[in-house]
Amino acid sequence: MQIETALLIEWVVKSTILIFALLTGFAYTTFYERRLLALIQVRIGPNRTGPFGFLQPAADGLKLIFKEELIPANAYKFVFILAPILTVIPALIIMAVVPWGGAIELFGRQIALGLTDINVAILYLLSVASISVYGIVLAGWSSDNKYAMMGGLRSSAQMLSYELSLGLAFVVPILLAGSMSLNQIIEAQRGVWFIFYQPIAALVFYIAMLAEVNRAPFDMPEAEQELTAGYHTEYSGMKFSLFFMGEYMKMIAVSAIFATLFLGGYRGPFVDTYPLLGPLYLFLKVFLSLGLMIWIRATLPRLRYDRLMAFGWKILLPLSILNVFVTAVIIVVFGL
Amino acid sequence: MLDQWLFVGIFVSIAAVFPLLPLVMARFLAPRKPNRIKQETYECGIETVGDTWVQFKIQYYVYALVFLIFDIETVFLYPWAVSFDVLPLFAVFEGVLFILILAAGLFYAWRKGALEWS
Repeated sequence: MQIETALLIEWVVKSTILIFALLTGFAYTTFYERRLLALIQVRIGPNRTGPFGFLQPAADGLKLIFKEELIPANAYKFVFILAPILTVIPALIIMAVVPWGGAIELFGRQIALGLTDINVAILYLLSVASISVYGIVLAGWSSDNKYAMMGGLRSSAQMLSYELSLGLAFVVPILLAGSMSLNQIIEAQRGVWFIFYQPIAALVFYIAMLAEVNRAPFDMPEAEQELTAGYHTEYSGMKFSLFFMGEYMKMIAVSAIFATLFLGGYRGPFVDTYPLLGPLYLFLKVFLSLGLMIWIRATLPRLRYDRLMAFGWKILLPLSILNVFVTAVIIVVFGL
Repeated sequence: MLDQWLFVGIFVSIAAVFPLLPLVMARFLAPRKPNRIKQETYECGIETVGDTWVQFKIQYYVYALVFLIFDIETVFLYPWAVSFDVLPLFAVFEGVLFILILAAGLFYAWRKGALEWS
């Protein structure tokens, strides 16, 4: 197989752009969350560092670099250091298959906006999403701390349970689009977004993805009142901030996937004539989805653990099975 | 198609190197003055009692077993959903029957008490 140098350069440049976009996204999602939470709770929030507090994420990052990193004497040191790395990697690579826009003309080359277009993108998403549980379990286990252990176990049980509903919610867009490629799923939403055909699947997906990224009201693994900080109790400094980074990057990634599957991805008015609008529309949709996540965190209390498991297995899972069943029957009967 | 996967491979290797950078940076910049008290297990100020790595509640194990079965069954639905519009009616009904068996399996596990938290 012969690969041109130009193509290789294009790939490396696009990968670097995506990683830096996610990094900036992570930094400003924390800022966005703190400001929006403050707004909802009638506070002001961080506004002193730079204009409107825009330099707050940089200040936080600098502070964390200069913090001492403690490793408990009894911890399994190798796994303890490996765990935060294993948490960040899936959060980064899950974005590899999400398209940001159509194709643009640059330097006389046709450049697709988006890293790859593989035909089994949905399988890729699902498998990467299941890898992300490892970092958390290993962190909880290697710390030799009872809170961390409980946090890791709870987190894995919860992520497993909600992954089933997530997987079944993936089936519905595949049924409607007849393809597992995200580009073709977006193409199929040219007329009407899938959220209007399938509000139940979209709702199940949104709830399951909240559980998958351990956000409130499913932030059981890090329930402060009972488990101090859950699986990252013993982590400090940069290792802690890697967990933090992993969580917020996953929030961005699942929002982008939600937008792609149910909100028409990068599609919007005039996007066919001006392909550069694509990333902007995707950004807007992700921004709104993140806002909704923060709003949910500010509004809902945390679920008790047994109720959380019961909700996943006894309400969400039957509902998503039923939804797949009804969708299949409707497509056959009405021949959509 | 193969070169698309190569691209995923390149991206994964760049992404795998990336989280090492902050750790290396912190190694040079962060202070390191460990002592015995700092390195103790954190348990809100009380000295920790007993072992952490003990045998754990069977409940998690049952959930994991049920999950394994359902996850595999869910993945079987994907190829069926992709080729849904070109399948003959018989294959479509087979898929629908499969979903019903899935639902029956969930109902069975439910009645057997595998989903109860006690």
